[in-house]
Amino acid sequence: MEGWRIHGAGPGNAAVIPVPPAIQRFPWKLIALLTAITGFGVLVLYSAAGGSFTPWAMQQSVRFGVFLTLALVIGRLPLRLFEEFAYLGYIAVAVLLVAVELLGFVGGGSQRWLNLGFMNLQPSELMKVAIVLALARFYAQLPPGETRGWTALWPALVIIGIPAALVMLQPDLGTALAICASGVIVMFVSGLPFWWFGSTAAAGLAALPVLFSFLHDYQQKRVLIFLDPESDPLGAGYHISQSKIAIGSGGIGGKGFLNGSQSHLDYLPEGHTDFIFATMAEEWGLIGGLALLLGFFLLLRWSTRVALKARTRFGQLVATGLTMTIFFYIAINLMMVMGLAPVVGIPLPLFSYGGSSMLTIMTCVGIILAIENDSKTGTRRFH
Amino acid sequence: MVRKSPPITEAWRGITFTRRTLLVGGGQMVVGAALAARMGYISIIDNDRYVLESESNRVNLTLVPPRRGWIVDRNGKALANNRVSLRIDLIPDRLHSKELVLGQLKTLLRLDGDTMERIERDLKAASGFQPVAVAEDVSEGDYASVLVRLPDLSGVAPQRGFARNYPTGAAVGHLIGYVGAPTAEEYKAVKDPLYITPGFKTGKDGLEKYFQPMLRGEPGAKRVEVTARGKVVRELGVKPDEQGKTVHLTIDADLQEYVARRMGRESGAAVVIDCHNGDILSFVSMPSFDPNSFSDGISNSEYSWLRADDHQPLINKATRGLYPPGSTLKPMAAIAAVEHGVDPSERHTCVGGYRLGSRFFRCLGTHGSLDMPSAIMKSCNSYFYWLAHRLGYDAMAPTAKLLGLGEEFQLAGSNQRFGTIPDSAWKMKKYDQAWSASDSLNAVIGQGYVSVNPLQLAVMASRIASGRRLYPRLINREFKNEALPFSAEALGAARHGMDLVVNGPGGTAGRSRLPLDGITMAGKTGTAQVRGLGTGNGKSGTWKFRDHGLFIGFAPVVNPRYATAVVIEHGMGGSRAAAPVAKDFMTFLFDREKAMAALEEFEAGWGGTIKERMDRDYAAWKAGASMGPAPGTQP
Repeated sequence: MEGWRIHGAGPGNAAVIPVPPAIQRFPWKLIALLTAITGFGVLVLYSAAGGSFTPWAMQQSVRFGVFLTLALVIGRLPLRLFEEFAYLGYIAVAVLLVAVELLGFVGGGSQRWLNLGFMNLQPSELMKVAIVLALARFYAQLPPGETRGWTALWPALVIIGIPAALVMLQPDLGTALAICASGVIVMFVSGLPFWWFGSTAAAGLAALPVLFSFLHDYQQKRVLIFLDPESDPLGAGYHISQSKIAIGSGGIGGKGFLNGSQSHLDYLPEGHTDFIFATMAEEWGLIGGLALLLGFFLLLRWSTRVALKARTRFGQLVATGLTMTIFFYIAINLMMVMGLAPVVGIPLPLFSYGGSSMLTIMTCVGIILAIENDSKTGTRRFH
Repeated sequence: MVRKSPPITEAWRGITFTRRTLLVGGGQMVVGAALAARMGYISIIDNDRYVLESESNRVNLTLVPPRRGWIVDRNGKALANNRVSLRIDLIPDRLHSKELVLGQLKTLLRLDGDTMERIERDLKAASGFQPVAVAEDVSEGDYASVLVRLPDLSGVAPQRGFARNYPTGAAVGHLIGYVGAPTAEEYKAVKDPLYITPGFKTGKDGLEKYFQPMLRGEPGAKRVEVTARGKVVRELGVKPDEQGKTVHLTIDADLQEYVARRMGRESGAAVVIDCHNGDILSFVSMPSFDPNSFSDGISNSEYSWLRADDHQPLINKATRGLYPPGSTLKPMAAIAAVEHGVDPSERHTCVGGYRLGSRFFRCLGTHGSLDMPSAIMKSCNSYFYWLAHRLGYDAMAPTAKLLGLGEEFQLAGSNQRFGTIPDSAWKMKKYDQAWSASDSLNAVIGQGYVSVNPLQLAVMASRIASGRRLYPRLINREFKNEALPFSAEALGAARHGMDLVVNGPGGTAGRSRLPLDGITMAGKTGTAQVRGLGTGNGKSGTWKFRDHGLFIGFAPVVNPRYATAVVIEHGMGGSRAAAPVAKDFMTFLFDREKAMAALEEFEAGWGGTIKERMDRDYAAWKAGASMGPAPGTQP
């Protein structure tokens, strides 16, 4: 249907404005949406720096330009390429994770990134994408008859378990949860029996206290403080209460651009990264918050539609999994700044200052774009 | 192969995928809607609360302690004023990494363990934005070193405030008292947040305490916008403080300081009263403490040093010291005798003592035939024994009381011990015994049951000099100061005798004549035995058992203007220890240069000014105290 519209629209409009087909193939609406969200973020970064393009707003804009180009390039790659290299990529990223772990061990302390010279690469970020590709490849190859069998389960658990464990070792609870969430969603939409998920969720709930004891001290503390923020108003609870003060004091219309006292007077910690939503909400109010949510809704609606219309099963599963990855970022971050989740360092996609998360999100967008392009080129095909 | 469930086909898988993806998408939308609702709740329903919290974050309202009113002398010269003082406080609500900040402050300001403990304690008790004092009166250098590190020291609030300052230091210690931080009890009593504002001080002793309501003033308030680290971004509004009222004293600051310095290393008191109106011009008790030390929060070791001193610097001897007045009471006895019909020219022969029954009461000399003024001049005990035996002390005690002895005066900020002027009724009440003639003989020479404080002696001198019932005052209060019911003859005899004491041939204070042309001083020396009569000679030996030296006097002899009393504890004699002091400060009142020259000569011998000597003594004491309790064991 999409394919028909695009191919049909070309000649129809050509009479009015002669637009070359290559330009027409550009996903202009998506680019506009991504630019709108990031542009809004850049405005907030400009304000958070006290009305200055440095040190954040300018760099974030440049980075966005680079990564957007990257996403468009990825979107032009044939989907088959991702399918063929899915396992290889997964293994490569897993090796990187082990390398980081070893480096951290040698360096004496926890390390999450590799210095590539021009940027610090966090392999755990790449893993969020790699896990979805690998699992999608696995379920795409799995014969339909095996869907309810043991062979549909254990390889997937191994594929999720290894990186999740490695990331937990770093320790990075947020990313580990993100990896698990995307993986489980791929398993879910690939048609595994419903009751497996239901009973696992129930068992997981029952085992929460045990899992809790496996957490690091500081992680346990964060969870406890989340449950009772007033218990430590100056320590870790400080983040949450100050964030809520920032959002709450913004009201409906906000305090106005460049007028947020919480962020400008340093009461809001991490006002340009993890808590950027609070910085925004203080100055733009509920209206700004709802506008941003609308932006994210449009992005996720687009990627979900791509999943539903994907030509191949691999495409379907990948698009759904990556949608979940993006959603997980958004949901956990917003829950955190509004005091609904413990403080787990997860940035807000496209909005927070930072290269790694933007790279991940734009890679996701690029791959989904590749799936969309793939679905326009031929008939639906499942294998 | 038999399957219980329908076969799984690609078509089924496709349908399942679509269904479940829609389910996931729906779930995501529900979460999104919940987040939107949550945000709406925070920013609409809870908006008021969070706006308030945001404002209380942003705006810091601090009380500015009022500048304390000055205490000035009769000429407007400051006895107590305020000086700029730099202080470092902590705001508990902004203190995010307590250990780190306290550690830094400890190093930067060189705080000792006691102080750190105190700060920890205060931090526990304090809440919110109520500042906790870290250090007061820090040096410019230390202040600057904290100031430059402020970005790393969240919760630290350097302040520029005022501290109490006493320009003449120890000279006004007992007169003015001192100020200090309010105690927890004081705060509980008034519940005024000002009382827990660092930098606010209340009067703790003396006039500072007495005039506290007047001196306090009204606090100001400052609204400032601050960052999370406590850095002030801008002032939003200031309500200036209202300085406390100035208290004007009758004291002459220059005289006060001169007298204090002239006391030298002695322990004692001196009071000077204006004979025209009862103004107290000088009110000195030495040694004293430096009220500046107390107001800055005195250290434990300095306080121990003051307590350990056998010269008792913490006691105001002018009103709290009771002494047997010795012979200084003889002019009073003379007035009483004339009032009871004794002719001043009537003579009595001194044979070196007076026989009362089987006992012989000694005189210090064998003076021969004496009339009343010459008996005062020579301080002859025999003559006054004879008067006392003849009239009885019940005839003299009322005169003593009229002259101010045994009286407690309504005097601002003083805590008096008013002593005893005995009579038969008093003795009956106290000891259930009849008054005896020997009691009269002891009392008339100012021994036995008699005890007075230096202030009373000065009032007596002023009343003899003026003939009026002058009431001593430190502030401008109106008193009637009516004439005393004494005949001119009685007062004349006493005054003439006192004139002779200083200026007559062979008077006991002949060496203390004023070195001035045309101005003379009248007086009376006294030597009071510390031990009972006849035990030890009181002229040598252990300091504690030496006789007290006393002197009362007034000047000029004609139309007296100034009256005084001086007590030198264990000074071994009035003419030797007390009269020379009076001579110098009386000289000061008429010729400052001459008096200053004399003082500087003395101070060179004593080892410097009061402050120099106190600093040196304290340092020596500290060195000694740290060596341990084994003095005198070294070869």
